[in-house]
Amino acid sequence: MAPLVSIADLKVHFDLGRRRTVRAVDGVSLDIPAGETLGLVGESGCGKTTLGRAVLRLVEPTGGKVLFRDTDIAQLSKSDLRRMRQHMQMIFQDPYASLDPRMTVGQIISEPIETFALAATREDKRARVRELMQTVGLSERFINRYPHEFSGGQQQRIGIARALAANPAFIVADEPISALDVSIQAQILNLMEKLQRERHLTYLFISHDLRAIRHTSHRVAVMYLGKVVELAGARELYVQPLMPYTKALISAVPVPDPVVEAQRRRIVLEGDVPSPIDPPSGCRFHTRCPYAVPACSEVEPNLVEIQPAHYAACIRISPEEPDIDRVAPGATPGIGGSKEQDPPYVRRPGLAV
Amino acid sequence: MLISVKDLRTYFDEDGRVVKAVDGVSFDVQRGETLGIVGESGSGKSVTNLSIMRLIPTPPGRIAGGKVIFDGRDLLALSDKEMRAIRGKRIAMIFQDPMTSLNPFMRISRQLMEVTQLHLGHTKAEAREHAITMLETVGIPDARRRADGYPHEFSGGMRQRVMIAMALSCKPELIIADEPTTALDVTIQAQILELIKKIKDETGTSVILITHDLGVVAGTTNDVVVMYAGKVMERAPTLELFARSGNPYTKGLLASVPDPTREERKDLYQIPGLPPDVAHLGPGCPFAPRCARAEAVCHETFPPFVELTPDHHSLCHFAHEVYGSSGLHR
Repeated sequence: MAPLVSIADLKVHFDLGRRRTVRAVDGVSLDIPAGETLGLVGESGCGKTTLGRAVLRLVEPTGGKVLFRDTDIAQLSKSDLRRMRQHMQMIFQDPYASLDPRMTVGQIISEPIETFALAATREDKRARVRELMQTVGLSERFINRYPHEFSGGQQQRIGIARALAANPAFIVADEPISALDVSIQAQILNLMEKLQRERHLTYLFISHDLRAIRHTSHRVAVMYLGKVVELAGARELYVQPLMPYTKALISAVPVPDPVVEAQRRRIVLEGDVPSPIDPPSGCRFHTRCPYAVPACSEVEPNLVEIQPAHYAACIRISPEEPDIDRVAPGATPGIGGSKEQDPPYVRRPGLAV
Repeated sequence: MLISVKDLRTYFDEDGRVVKAVDGVSFDVQRGETLGIVGESGSGKSVTNLSIMRLIPTPPGRIAGGKVIFDGRDLLALSDKEMRAIRGKRIAMIFQDPMTSLNPFMRISRQLMEVTQLHLGHTKAEAREHAITMLETVGIPDARRRADGYPHEFSGGMRQRVMIAMALSCKPELIIADEPTTALDVTIQAQILELIKKIKDETGTSVILITHDLGVVAGTTNDVVVMYAGKVMERAPTLELFARSGNPYTKGLLASVPDPTREERKDLYQIPGLPPDVAHLGPGCPFAPRCARAEAVCHETFPPFVELTPDHHSLCHFAHEVYGSSGLHR
């Protein structure tokens, strides 16, 4: 079966003038089957938000395709695109900023119903709004209230109800819980999962929060400076990350268990993420990679299926030798496993082969 | 004992109402130890530490009661002048957002030099050398050259390092770090936490780490205070708190955080409802409206701070029962 969403060689470049270009998204290909949550994780500036927006054509792609049910979103006329948006909705990071402060909750949730003519009568519309409010756990009594009267978690529920109002098949959720308190984050994650089960929704879940991504996603894609560097099933990626950047990222996640924390060895990367304006040549991670060899600065690695359904972009590993620690000893295992025999981590770039 | 906070109360007068942002908070920090203070927004964790530093804006805020005994003296009883001699010298702070706590118009070097010229009586030349040494200590590459840069020329992680360098300048005995890594990416967070740990090990300074992230607490602290609605809900050694909590709020909080080491896709435990409005608290336990264990007494009577072991306390009518049923979970 064809995936619901198919992203092929998508590029989003922003021209800064004076021949400077930000390659925010630079050749990303991903398939999202119906009913799946694909987690997209990366640090600030990696292009994950831009990718999410480009998939819905909220920013214009510079190149590549986004197929939704075999229709290329990038080629649609404005009016066709608007019709298509009924099926593709977005949940935003800052719920308050994404809600019109002058509209009541009822009006906010009604808007997509009106835009896509999903209700025959006023009563019909009102009933749908009430039903949606109930679905996301908001009391109907609040229908005439304004966004500022709600807490952050409740505002996010309003945003989710609005996204659902259009009856979409696909939702891009961009950091939907980052602005919320811990006890409220669990409420929103559970709500999103319940909705997925009930409505067979497909999610692109974008977050820098590796714990939330692990919890919600079936598969996870890791982005670094505009590229997807690793893609695998969620469990697989966390237990056995292959690409050195992913290994460092996973090892940096604080685990809420002091016993585990005391035993873990972290890969602490040196330096910051380089600027996406003039990204490093070859593998973009080579400037911070403890395993880099000279070739890494020259050859741009492809996303290769190293193990079944587990893709990584690194020239130093291969299906024959997927474990970089055997290619170049050092560093820490992923979460969950602990390899006692590992040699101490050597923080020196350019280890010899 | 380095610092002992006893029954601290910080109230804000707002529109004729009294908001009890911090209401009867007590804890101790030993020399060389790290205490974590965990709580959600509005729990009073930041106000607690601003109170210790006497940085509460007055009015509308006021310290309504309690003591902060630091090295034998009550900080709350000191004159402003005496307090200034301690603040930044013996007790230093690191804030969440380094951009708002650094002066954007001043070179990094000068901001660092100010601290030691004031507190240590350094000459300009001494202060400058000291500033460069401090920047090197916290891992700023090419520190001698970069010292004369402005804050905007540094990345978020590097700015946080500058803040830490500044906090360390006078070899403080206590560092209060208020969400020091919340604004940072996870790989940078790991760098900063490692740095704080290293500094603690090398200098023997004590740390109060304020955070909402239970993962950060698990990896960096010796003891934990869990706050909710201005109250201490539970206080325990970190290992004990995670293994055997005696408080329903703590247990709910622990269960609602996804644990990537044992996670499969299943529903997270969720604490129902919303955090309370501290201006409108009832007579009972502040967590009672959201608590699965609550009975009538919880809504009517304020709970006791029950001693479970000599260093483990829980604010709950049913603390012994909750503690007993926790067993060694996992």
